[in-house]
Amino acid sequence: MSHDHDHDNELDPFAARVRALETILTQKGLIDPAAIDIIVDTYETKIGPRNGARVVAKAWSDPAYAEWLKRDATAAIESLSYTGRQGEHMQAVFNTEETHNLVVCTLCSCYPWSVLGLPPVWYKAPPYRSRAVIDPRGVLEEFGLTLPSTKKIRVWDSTAELRYLVVPMRPKGTQGWSEEQLAGLVSRDAMIGTALAKEPEGEPA
Amino acid sequence: MNGPQDLGGQMGFGPVAPEKDEPYFHAAWEKRALGVTLTAGGMGAWNIDESRHARESLHPADYYSSSYYQIWIKALETLLKRHGFVTERDLAAGKAVDAAATPKRVLKAADVPAVLAKGGPCDRPVATPARFQAGDRVHTKNFNPTGHTRLPRYARGKSGTIEAVRGGFVFPDSNAHGKGENPQWVYTVVFDGAEIWGVGADPTLSVSIDAWESYLEPA
Repeated sequence: MSHDHDHDNELDPFAARVRALETILTQKGLIDPAAIDIIVDTYETKIGPRNGARVVAKAWSDPAYAEWLKRDATAAIESLSYTGRQGEHMQAVFNTEETHNLVVCTLCSCYPWSVLGLPPVWYKAPPYRSRAVIDPRGVLEEFGLTLPSTKKIRVWDSTAELRYLVVPMRPKGTQGWSEEQLAGLVSRDAMIGTALAKEPEGEPA
Repeated sequence: MNGPQDLGGQMGFGPVAPEKDEPYFHAAWEKRALGVTLTAGGMGAWNIDESRHARESLHPADYYSSSYYQIWIKALETLLKRHGFVTERDLAAGKAVDAAATPKRVLKAADVPAVLAKGGPCDRPVATPARFQAGDRVHTKNFNPTGHTRLPRYARGKSGTIEAVRGGFVFPDSNAHGKGENPQWVYTVVFDGAEIWGVGADPTLSVSIDAWESYLEPA
């Protein structure tokens, strides 16, 4: 087989279990191992938070696009060629001076793959899923984000097939920045709501 | 079902502990687990709702002590056995021993980009008009089904406001059990933090869920 298992300890029982399952399904002709390689490559190199950052940067730069994103996020995002699995039904939610948005899936790990890629481990794990809805401020503190006590917090629990993208507020001091420069200020966490957009460091290059 | 997956408001799991510069995968087997799960799903023998239900049906002790890719693989073994693709004898031997059911299709490498780009839209036309409109006050039902549902426990029997009508979507509570898509209207319903968490709730908090119409009653 051509694909690599080089980083797995051969004694790891779970690695052996997954390998056995892949072997069984391949021997029965039910899966194509080369398809797995392409799936992995897609999510390692092609689909990730850079996609979402470009959506946000465009919304910051182009009021008409921001309106479209607010009204029909699926179409507005598709116009940038970001489509597909776990991004079929998108909603964009905009942070404002009054309200900070935070996205969670308490019931599983629903996440907008088409714009953010694969979810981080913490997003899928019980601490975040249990606490985001009851103690969002405590959760945000663990990300180093302290919100003013008067700021409203809206938590979006992704219980259906809508996938949420948070559009953070545009940092001050970024007038005249290109979309590409702006996108560099938008982290994955800022689009989940566990961070804000980064502040600019001096003049852009 | 009131299973281990229904985590909203549970306590005792400790800090979130975000990992700085987290890699996409923490072991090579996780890559294969992602790919095996997606390619096996590509056979078209089960839908995403049945898949989620298989995951939440793990014993709670197993669910909570497993990483998410481990949960995926354990549930995948269940699905493969249920649909006749894999047997206990195959798994025990670590190789194909028994014959398999014939899949509808096999996801070939050349088709992966198109399949991923297409995704699996689950919006559907609904014959009846939407029962609720934005601004309507609603009450979520209190129920405790033993099967799959997407109404979390913390949001049952609560009063909220319809914020948006999202369209018609496949109803997971039936679709997970092979009982058809039965699409319904889906609404974003917003609750005050205090309505859900009561005494001591963060006064600045509101929480929304996306709810199928049959989860809701007029308030």
